[in-house]
Amino acid sequence: MKLVTLAGPPSSGKTSVVLRVAEGLADAGLRVGVIKFDCLSSDDQQRYEKAGIPVKTGLAGGLCPDHFFVANIEQGVQWGRRSGFDLLMVESAGLCNRCSPHIREVLAVCVIDNLSGVHTPRKIGPMLKTADVVVITKGDIVSQAEREVFAFRVRQVNPRAAVLPVNGLTGQGALLLHKHLQGAAETDSLEQVRLRFSMPAALCSYCLGETRIGRDCQIGNVKTMDFS
Amino acid sequence: MSERELLQQPVSELLEQRPYLRDFFVALQLGMPGPGQCPAAFFAGLQAAQLAELGLDHAALAAQFVDFARHMEQFQHGGDQPVRKVTLLGGRDKQGRPEDVQLEFAPGEVVCVVGPTGSGKSRLLADIECMAQGDTPSGRRILLDDRPPDEAARLSGEQRLVAQLSQNMNFVMDLSVREFLTLHAESRLVDDSQAVVEQIFATAVELAGEPFTAETPVTALSGGQSRALMIADTACLSASPIVLIDEIENAGVDRRRALELLVKKEKIVLMATHDPLLALSGDRRLVIAGGGIRQVLVTSERERANRRALEALDRRLLAVREALRRGETIDFDF
Repeated sequence: MKLVTLAGPPSSGKTSVVLRVAEGLADAGLRVGVIKFDCLSSDDQQRYEKAGIPVKTGLAGGLCPDHFFVANIEQGVQWGRRSGFDLLMVESAGLCNRCSPHIREVLAVCVIDNLSGVHTPRKIGPMLKTADVVVITKGDIVSQAEREVFAFRVRQVNPRAAVLPVNGLTGQGALLLHKHLQGAAETDSLEQVRLRFSMPAALCSYCLGETRIGRDCQIGNVKTMDFS
Repeated sequence: MSERELLQQPVSELLEQRPYLRDFFVALQLGMPGPGQCPAAFFAGLQAAQLAELGLDHAALAAQFVDFARHMEQFQHGGDQPVRKVTLLGGRDKQGRPEDVQLEFAPGEVVCVVGPTGSGKSRLLADIECMAQGDTPSGRRILLDDRPPDEAARLSGEQRLVAQLSQNMNFVMDLSVREFLTLHAESRLVDDSQAVVEQIFATAVELAGEPFTAETPVTALSGGQSRALMIADTACLSASPIVLIDEIENAGVDRRRALELLVKKEKIVLMATHDPLLALSGDRRLVIAGGGIRQVLVTSERERANRRALEALDRRLLAVREALRRGETIDFDF
C-alpha cells in the first residue's frame, strides 16, 4: 500500500485538495482511503463519506495532536492494509507550526494557501521545510504577482520540494499532484521508521491538567522568556 | 561556483555577487555573519542546540546553504532561454471524438477563446498549464519548442507556462504599490529592480486612465487601477510566456493598450472573452464546444474593418460615460 502524509495549517484547503486528487485516482482505478487527524471536531468525515471515500477520523481532544498522531499512525496503516487500499492519505493539521507529521521514506505533502501572506512560508517550519511536495491553494483569487512571490518564498525555505499550485474547488493543477502520489513508496509497516523531525517536547504540570497560572504551578519541562 | 567557494568566501563578497543569499540567513533567523566572515566559519560558530531547534546539524545546514544558492542560481538563469513556440496537439472531445487540430502559438500573438459556459475553455487552459502529455481527460499534448517538456521539470512545478489575470483576482498584501512591485521584482531576482518598478508603475497609471500614487496601498486601488497594475506587472515581470486573460471587459482599463503592451513584451496572449472589441483584436479565435476545439477562425479583413467600426461606437459610449461622470446630461440625439 502506498502511504502519504498531508499536513498544513487549518483552513488551507487540505480536505478539498485530497477530495479533488482522489477523484482522479479513483478514475485511474486506485482504491483510496483517508485518515483524518484533528483536534476538537471535524466535519470532514461527512465530506469524505459523501465522496464515497472510506475514512477514519481521530480527534486528539486533550492531547497534543502530533503526539496523538504518532501514537496511532501504525495502527492506521494496518487498518489501511486490511481495507485493501492502494493508497492511504493521512491528513493532519499542523496546528502550532512547530509540528510536522512527516515520516522518513513516506511521501510528505504540505498544503498552504496564498491568502496566508508572504511571510507565512518562513513561519511554518518543519511541516513545510521537510515536505517533498508543497501544494499551494487559493491562487484563483490573488494576483499573479502574489502567486509568484509566494511560490518563490516557498522555494527559498524548501529548495528541493516540488511546488504545485492546485485549485481545491475546480481541481485545476491536481494532475501533477496525482502523479506524485502514484509514485509514492509502498509501506507495509512503520514499525521502527523515524519521523523526519522531532515533535515539540512537553512534560509539565499543564500537560497533566493544571489550569492555575503561577511559578509554583509549573513543574517539569518549562521554558521561560527573558523580560529583563 | 563550487561548494567550497560558496562556503569559504567572505560573506560581504558573496552578497555583492549574490544579494539573494541574504534571504537564507534572514529566513533561518540565526543572525547575519560578520562582513569578513565566511559562511563555513559562521556556521561553525552556531550552537548545536540552536540548530537542533531547526531540525538541523552543522553538516545539514551547510548542505542547505549550498542547495539554496544552487537553486537561486538556476532560478535566476532560468529565463535565459525563453520558450519561442508552444504547440498544442489535439486529443478528443467529451464524447471521445478525435479533436483534429495542431496549433502553434508564438510570442506576441493574441489568441481568443470563445464558447459557452461548460464548453471546455477551462479544460483547454488547464491542459496548457500542466503541459498535458496525453495524461489528462482530453488526451491533448503540449510541446515547447517542438519537444515535450522534461518530465522531472514538469513534476517539480518549476516552469510555469501560464500567468493568469482574471476579474476575480485581488491584491491581498498589506503593502504600497511601490513596496509591492519591489517585492515582486526581488523575487524575480532582476538586476535593476528600482528601474523596473518605476517602469511598471508608469505603465499601470497610463493603462488605468485614473492616476494613483506609488504610495497607495494596493488593497485601496479601484477595480480599474488594480487590473491595470496587474496587467503591467504581469507583462513586465512574470516569467511565464503565456498570459491568460479571463474577463477583463468591464475592468475600466484601456483594453487595447493593455493588449498592445503584452504583445510588445513578447507574451502569448490567450484571452477568454465575448467582448466584440477584444475578440476581434485577436489574430485567431478558437471556438470551443463539447470539450473540444471545433474551429480555428483567423480574424478576416472584414472582421478587422468591423472592429474599427465597433471601436468608434465604443469611443462614443465612453464619451457618454465621461459626460455622466462630469455631471452632464445626455439629452441629445445619440
